[in-house]
Amino acid sequence: MAARLVPYAVLLLATLPILILYVWLLYSSFFQRVEGLRPVGAFTLDNWRFLWAPETVEQLRNKAPIIPTTINTVVFSASVAGIVLLVSSMAGYALSRLKFKGRRMFLGGVLLLHSFPTITLLIATFVVLRALGLYDQLVGVILVKAAFELPLGIWLMKGFFDTVPWDLEMAALVDGASRITTWRRIVLPLVKPGLLALGLLAFVEGWKEFLIPFAFMPSGTQATLALLVRAILGEGRFVDYGVLTALGLFYVLPALLLFLFLKQLLRGSTAAGSRGRDRACASCSKD
Amino acid sequence: MAVIEPAAATGVARRAAAPPEGAARRWWRDNATALFFMGPAALLVLLFFLAPAVITLGMSLTDMATSTGLSNWQWVGLENYERIFRGRFTALIFGNTLFYVAATLSFNLLVGLGVALLSVHVEPRTGTLFRALWLLPRISPSVVYALMWTWAAADAPFGVINQLVEPFGVAPRFWLATDPWLIVLLINGFVGASLGMLVFTSAIQSIPEDLFRAARVDGANAWQIVRRITLPLLRWPILFVLTYQTMSLFASYEYIFLTTNGGPGLYGTEVWSLWAFHTALNSYYGNLEFGFGAALSAVLVVMGVVISAVLLRLFRFDDLVGDPKVEIT
Repeated sequence: MAARLVPYAVLLLATLPILILYVWLLYSSFFQRVEGLRPVGAFTLDNWRFLWAPETVEQLRNKAPIIPTTINTVVFSASVAGIVLLVSSMAGYALSRLKFKGRRMFLGGVLLLHSFPTITLLIATFVVLRALGLYDQLVGVILVKAAFELPLGIWLMKGFFDTVPWDLEMAALVDGASRITTWRRIVLPLVKPGLLALGLLAFVEGWKEFLIPFAFMPSGTQATLALLVRAILGEGRFVDYGVLTALGLFYVLPALLLFLFLKQLLRGSTAAGSRGRDRACASCSKD
Repeated sequence: MAVIEPAAATGVARRAAAPPEGAARRWWRDNATALFFMGPAALLVLLFFLAPAVITLGMSLTDMATSTGLSNWQWVGLENYERIFRGRFTALIFGNTLFYVAATLSFNLLVGLGVALLSVHVEPRTGTLFRALWLLPRISPSVVYALMWTWAAADAPFGVINQLVEPFGVAPRFWLATDPWLIVLLINGFVGASLGMLVFTSAIQSIPEDLFRAARVDGANAWQIVRRITLPLLRWPILFVLTYQTMSLFASYEYIFLTTNGGPGLYGTEVWSLWAFHTALNSYYGNLEFGFGAALSAVLVVMGVVISAVLLRLFRFDDLVGDPKVEIT
C-alpha cells in the first residue's frame, strides 16, 4: 500500500515550489503583511484599492495610471489576435489549397521560423521600426508581436484547413465562385473552432508579452500591465508585496482563465483540434 | 445541360478556350489569387524576420550606436567580431552561457521526464491535475512569475526560501545576491520542464498498452519497464526536446533580466543573449552600441538557423510541406 503512494508523494514534492508560489500570490494580496508563508497582519482588501482609489497607492505614484494601462493591454492583445487571425487564415488557406511558386519554400521557412528564436532579431527590429516611423508606438509593438506569432498561426491554420473536406468548396468553385468568396463564405465558417482557439491563444500571448513593449516603447506613454508590474518590481529590494501581488494577480488571472477556456474548447473539438492542441501547447513559449 | 466536370478538366477547357496572351498577363492570372492570400503574411515575414536577419548581419559590420545615430555610422568590417574575440569578459560570459544552458537543459529534461512518467503512472485525473500545475508558470506572464521568485528569494523575513531552510540550520540571506545561479536555474527550470513534460506524456500515452502488459506478465518491475521499454521508445521525443530547448535557451534571457539582470557584480549571471540585449537596447552606460550588439546577436542568429535546419532535417518535417490535395485554377 505504502509503495503505491510513493509516486504521489514524489510528484507532490516536485510540484511543491509551484504550489507555494501561486498560493502565496493568492493570499499575500489579501493580508496587510506576509512573512514567508506566514500572514502577519489582518485580512484586508486594502492592497486592492488600486482598483477604486489608485491615487492613494504610493507605489503607483509617477507610474502609468492603472485603468488606461489595462485598456492598452486589452487593445494590444486584441489587435495582435486580430492580425494573427486575419493574416494566418489567409496564408494558411493558400498554403493548404493553392499550388503556387514558392509554396514549399514559404512553408519550410515558416517551419524554420517556428523553431527559430525570434528574440535574437530584436536589435535589428529596432532599426526596422525606426525606419517605418513606428518606434515608441503601440502600433509598432503590435505589428512586431503579431509577426512573431505568425509562424505558429499559419501552421495551425493550414492544419485546420487541411482537415476540411473539400467537396463543398469544389462545388462552389465549379459554380463559378471566386477563391476569395469561397474562402470567406464556405471554408472560414467551417474552421470557426480553430479560429476561436488561435484567437484566444494569440490574445493570451499578447497579454503576457513583456520584452517587446519594454524594448520598443521606452517612453511608457502607452504602457501595458507587464511594463507597470515590472516598473514597481524593478524599484528595489524592499517592495510592498501586498500591492504588488494584488496587481500581479489582477494581471495573471485573465491569462489563466482564458487558457482554461481554451483547454475546454480544444477538448470539445474534434479531429481538427487534436493536432492543433499539441502544437499549441508545446509552442506556448520557447524556453 | 449542366455537367459537373472534374476540376482539372474545367481548368484545361478554360485555358484552351482563352485567347493567346502575354507572359506577364498569364503570370498575373495564375498568381493573383495566391498573391492576395499570401501578401499580408509575406509582408510581415519580410519586415520582421527576413529584413531583421539581414540587417543584423549587416549592422554587425558597422559602428552604429546612439552616438553615431542611424545615419552617421561607418562600415568597420569585422572589428566588432574581433572585439568579441578579444573582449575581457567574453570568456566569462561564454562560460556563464554554457553553464546556464547545460544546467537548465538537464533540469528540464530530467524533471520533464520524471513528471511525465509519474503523472502517467498515477490515477489519470490526479496526473492531469499535476500536469496542469506544471503548466502554470508557462501560462503566467513573465513579470508575475519573476515577481514570485523574487519574493521567494527575498531577504528575511519576507522570502519563503529562508523560511523553508531555516529548520536545517541555514542562515537567512538574500538569495538573489548570494546564490544567483540557483535562482536563475530554478526560475528557468520550472518553466522549461513543462515542454518536455507535454511532449513526453503524449509520447508515453501513444505506446501500445500491450507492450507494458507483456512485460508485466514476464515479471518486469516498474524500473525495468521504464528502462527497457519506455525510454528506448522516447528516443526521438527526447532528441527533439533536447535540440529545441538547446537553441531557445541560448537565445533566452527574459527571466534572468527580470531577476538578477546579469548581476550580481560585473556579469555574475550575464549570458550571451542578455549581453547583446544590454549592449544594444538596454545599456547601463547610455550609449547603445547597435553594431556591437548586432555582432553578438549574429552569432546566435546563425546558430539558430543551423539548429532549426537540423531539426527540420532530423524530424522529416519535409513530409509536412507536401503538395495540396485540391487544386483548381
